[in-house]
Amino acid sequence: MADIKLHDITKRYADGTEAVKHMNLDIKDGEFMILVGPSGCGKSTALRMIAGLEDISEGELLIGDKVVNNLSPRDRDIAMVFQNYALYPHMTVRENMGFALKLAKVDQGEIDKKVEGAAKILDLSEHLDRKPSNLSGGQRQRVAMGRAIVRDPQAFLMDEPLSNLDAKLRVQTRTEVARLQKDLSTTMVYVTHDQTEAMTLGDRVAVMRAGVLQQVDTPRMLYNDPINIFVAGFIGSPAMNFFSATISGAKLKLPFAELAVPEGVSHTGEVIVGVRPEDFEDAALAPPNHPGGVEFEAPVEVLESLGSEIYAYFSFEGGAVSSDQLADLARDAGVAETPSGGGGGRAVARLNPESEISEGSRARLWIDGAKAHLFDPHDGSSLKSSRQEQRAGAQAAAAAVEAESEKDPPARAAAGADGGSTAPE
Amino acid sequence: MENRSRRAYSGWAVALAIVLVYALVPVLWLISLSFKSPATVSDKKFIPTDTTFENYTTLFSGGLDSPLLRPLINSILIALIATIIAVTLAAFTAYAIARLDFPGKTLILAGALAIAMFPPISVVGPLFDMWRALGLYDTYPGLIIPYLTFALPLAIYTLVAFFREIPWELEQAAQVDGATPWQAFRKVILPLATPGVFTAAILVFIFAWNDFLFAITLTSSDRARTVPAALAFFTGESQFTAPTGNIAAAAVLVTIPIIIFVLIFQRRIVAGLTAGAVKG
Ligand SMILES: Nc1ncnc2c1ncn2[C@@H]1O[C@H](COP(=O)(O)OP(=O)(O)OP(=O)(O)O)[C@@H](O)[C@H]1O
Ligand SMILES: [Mg+2]
Repeated sequence: MADIKLHDITKRYADGTEAVKHMNLDIKDGEFMILVGPSGCGKSTALRMIAGLEDISEGELLIGDKVVNNLSPRDRDIAMVFQNYALYPHMTVRENMGFALKLAKVDQGEIDKKVEGAAKILDLSEHLDRKPSNLSGGQRQRVAMGRAIVRDPQAFLMDEPLSNLDAKLRVQTRTEVARLQKDLSTTMVYVTHDQTEAMTLGDRVAVMRAGVLQQVDTPRMLYNDPINIFVAGFIGSPAMNFFSATISGAKLKLPFAELAVPEGVSHTGEVIVGVRPEDFEDAALAPPNHPGGVEFEAPVEVLESLGSEIYAYFSFEGGAVSSDQLADLARDAGVAETPSGGGGGRAVARLNPESEISEGSRARLWIDGAKAHLFDPHDGSSLKSSRQEQRAGAQAAAAAVEAESEKDPPARAAAGADGGSTAPE
Repeated sequence: MENRSRRAYSGWAVALAIVLVYALVPVLWLISLSFKSPATVSDKKFIPTDTTFENYTTLFSGGLDSPLLRPLINSILIALIATIIAVTLAAFTAYAIARLDFPGKTLILAGALAIAMFPPISVVGPLFDMWRALGLYDTYPGLIIPYLTFALPLAIYTLVAFFREIPWELEQAAQVDGATPWQAFRKVILPLATPGVFTAAILVFIFAWNDFLFAITLTSSDRARTVPAALAFFTGESQFTAPTGNIAAAAVLVTIPIIIFVLIFQRRIVAGLTAGAVKG
């Protein structure tokens, strides 16, 4: 067991692609760290650099206070679970799980003991003498996990280990992974593009975009206090709604309502406002006398009832937001999940299932103004004062990235620790 | 539905029967000839009237000095040695070509292809002179070396195709599990490439076994002469009888090792051995 430190790590592929840019990350001993981000943001690349399967172009990687940049995977004492499991097809489950121990010249009795122990934990005992090709997807996944845990390595690295399972099995296996990591308390770096997985599993979550680390925080902090519009839109499902708005005096003018400016924001003029679907409610069912709560009227176009909750899609005039950060999200999620990012003029509200609002009518809704998130319209960063202080630090780091990408103008927009630029419509 | 598949089935059966007849009749005719005596060899009858094993026994009469025994041993040894060397070298080469990006990679592949396309007849003349000067004429290496130049490209091409099929990640998994590059190759990649290795081995063996041109040009005695070349030196009982029966018998014998070789290795060429490595 050990901590893992990434110091200013950059990966440049042979064709010039910068897959990871100046990444700094401290993973503590025994921590469950999640790398999350849209497809192609460099999560796998980062993980594979930790594993030693990919050279590090710049920066330093430390495992347990030892610089391992030039160590081969076999000398790093880490175990990895691959997305497609990479089980050895010519070996039985037992041989697959014992392969690493056998290479380490552990004696056969010891290997058998460890393999059988791991098989018991993973419920694979009856399958030990079968070949991977005769196993179900879930069983193969567990063999891959078993291959990692028999070794008791310094750290586990997992690259989307659940993405090949069907939805139900995925949820079930997810809890198993969490339990396993708690029991073993081995450092774990886990890559996923599924924000639900990230939120439920991680001690801390690192959100990446286009090779740049955006925010590293506990799931709760990511959700409640996203550092920029990208993180805000990425975390949470359905995604946060974004509106462009203006602050004049103590008033925050949204396209459909007027709110009080939330505490701790000292900014005037144009802003982007982010509101999570659950911070809306049916006005009839809204908590009375809630500070910051405001009622408004909007045409409800579509209602989706899930039994436990209702999603109401309502439209509004003007004030749709377009930004490259949101465009990134929309590309990754499919436009439907970021309503105001792609469609424009449409937002989703999560309502109490007892709501009697009907489709196609104008309905009275309620918004919790105190929970609104405010972002800078130019660079998409959070306007919370606590965040503004952090920004000063982040910008120093970003300057380095900017300077580097000077020669390569298109890369500039993507660079910068607090995201690219945001252009309100 | 049922009807259609049955009709398709009988169509296939007919096609298969035609191919079988086309391929097997000459072989059967050869077998028939090998059992005929010199007197009846040209009687144009399919079933021999006076079945005799004489054609076979004369091939081996006289022990090591018999017409066929030494050439048969030569053939087997030369083909086997050439196969082992070619497949071993080709396995390393193909692995490097399939896995690594190194300068000159395409050059190697193109060069291999060019050599494979080179007509052997154009090199035997110079080889004859060179081998005599170098003392390789009428020796095992004298045949094995030219076989390798033609068999290696064949084996490399076959194996590259097989190595490319093996998921890269299996090797990376092995590395993470603590394997050295050599261990990863030996314990993970090679076992998975076994069908490819045996396919290449069969192709190379058959190539070396069947070669006539090099064998007839680069040998002068039973020291290194292989069966195809030895057949050409068979003599009849008298100056005026053609050794048809003997040649037929030798031809039958020379086919048997190939059949055995293919039958043994065919069982190893199990398709889909890699199934289950990745999500299926
Ligand atoms: N061998 C390579 N050569 C050049 N560019 C590469 C190579 N491998 C990956 N890339 C690029 O690097 C970027 C990051 O790739 P990476 O595989 O890390 O993405 P990812 O975040 O894991 O995405 P996904 O969720 O789709 O797996 C991508 O833009 C990809 O095109
Ligand atoms: Mg990936």
